[in-house]
Amino acid sequence: MIMNTITDQKHVMLRVEKKYIENQTHATLYFAHALLFKPGQFIMVWIPGVDEKPYTISFHSKEKFAITIEAKGIFSKKAIALDKGDLVGIRGPFGNGFDIKSEGQVAVIAGGCGMAPLGPLVEKLDKNITFIHGARAKDHILFPDRFNVERLICTDDGSLGHKGVVTQVLEQQISSGKQFDMVYTCGPEIMMYHVFKICEACNIPCQVSLERYMRCGFGVCGACVCSSRVVCKDGPVFGSEALREMKDFNTKALLKSGKEVDLSQYFSWRCK
Amino acid sequence: MVIIARKKISANINLNKYRVYIMAIKFLGKTLKNTMVLASGVLGNSHDILERVHENGCGLVTMKSIGPEPRDGHKNPTVIDLGHGIINAVGLPSPGYLNMENEWNDLEKRDFPLIASIYGGSVREYQMVAEFVSSKKPDFIEINISCPNSEKHGMIFGVNPKSSHDVVSAVKNVIKVPLIAKLSPQALDIGEIAMACEDAGADAICAINTVGPGMVIDIESQMPVLAFKKGGLSGPMIKPVAVRCVFDIYKAVKIPIIGLGGITTGKDAIEIIMAGASLVGIGSAVMCRGIDVFKKITTEMEAWLRDHDLCMEEIIGAAHREV
Repeated sequence: MIMNTITDQKHVMLRVEKKYIENQTHATLYFAHALLFKPGQFIMVWIPGVDEKPYTISFHSKEKFAITIEAKGIFSKKAIALDKGDLVGIRGPFGNGFDIKSEGQVAVIAGGCGMAPLGPLVEKLDKNITFIHGARAKDHILFPDRFNVERLICTDDGSLGHKGVVTQVLEQQISSGKQFDMVYTCGPEIMMYHVFKICEACNIPCQVSLERYMRCGFGVCGACVCSSRVVCKDGPVFGSEALREMKDFNTKALLKSGKEVDLSQYFSWRCK
Repeated sequence: MVIIARKKISANINLNKYRVYIMAIKFLGKTLKNTMVLASGVLGNSHDILERVHENGCGLVTMKSIGPEPRDGHKNPTVIDLGHGIINAVGLPSPGYLNMENEWNDLEKRDFPLIASIYGGSVREYQMVAEFVSSKKPDFIEINISCPNSEKHGMIFGVNPKSSHDVVSAVKNVIKVPLIAKLSPQALDIGEIAMACEDAGADAICAINTVGPGMVIDIESQMPVLAFKKGGLSGPMIKPVAVRCVFDIYKAVKIPIIGLGGITTGKDAIEIIMAGASLVGIGSAVMCRGIDVFKKITTEMEAWLRDHDLCMEEIIGAAHREV
């Protein structure tokens, strides 16, 4: 039987149930709405009259979910200013999500706001994982009291944990004899790239969650292509096999106009 | 004119009493592996993704429309799935024809047939973009005179026979590859527009672009959902409009037609071919059937043709036959 009908993906209009200020630049918005969801998937969040952007789910339970916002550009500054009772529209969830392996030794590596999609993943995984989290400074460590899992923290300024970057901690773990069967990571693309390189050198399969400018969310418009992959539909999570073929990973991205630029130029535009 | 590279090969009688049908087709002098065309504005943002679409069974792929200058398109929401189709107002984003060097370099080495779609805000702009794009040697140039999502580009040229004629003949004069005119269903008489394009030198017609514009209002926020407020409709809900338009165009002109608008299955493709299309465009169906929709539809078309012991050339425009 051929599927000739399309599933309706119009906005579900929701009111912010609760806002929690995480730190100076991050806030979490909670919604009392049941979502069918897999860690790593995302939703399109519409603020009527403003714009619509993809956000990953940072917290999920049977009757609630949340998104965590970092104030960066025009949209995220508006989003972070939302408060209890404000109306937003959501579409989704979209994308593939993480392929969760229940066996073997697992490492989860978060960088900055990349902690958001990894929150529900960490909660789903076994407690016996290696969990590395890097951020600019102590205040920027998201969800400090959320998990029952030991977290290896590193900060750029050394205000908490190891002074340095997550890849150093990962390398230490590997050289001290830890053997990983899967590494999950989300954070700045350059960080994920170096995590991927370490994994490749050590023959460890890896899953990274990518970000690109998005429009439709369901793999039609092509705004978010990364090499031959459509990030919103084939991703946002990509495994090692796909990453090896994606020469645009950590190198190129498309601007809103479709112009292909270096990643640094893309990210400086995204933060406006 | 279209020549169908039809091959009916007698298959082993023990295996199959039917003949084997090869879907390869010759279109404006170019051999295509099948009748499937990727519609403009869908996925066509880079060489790599176009190549992947080709590898997934698409005979001819179309780039996103290229404009005269850098343009971001509209704010989100731009593309919404309504369940029975899509409404969109992406708004013709384009790096601008002079800012695509990397893409042109990649596309130069391509091993698949390519349509470059272009748009402008005046006849002169269409001409400028077309002349430059022609030098990059796409296999065909499609002129988008039908996009409903911009105030000054696209559709305003394609709903009037005189302005359609002006754009087509101006572009035809400066390009070295066959020209396809992409038409809007909003024209009062789409057959008349197609005739004007044919008269001006168009080598083929592509129809239809999205229907509308339409509008969707969110009743909770009391606001139009699309940031541009209105947008073009596509997907299964517009197929009858597409079939009627192709039917009218086939009656009006002799040049071949790329038929599209809501085509989702092999039977849909057969239907629009019977209205008069030689090739079949696919856009929104990528959403519900995936990027390999081209392969799936071709397989379904082959199965239908085999079941009915018919070949492509026998069904193009079949619905025009008087009993």
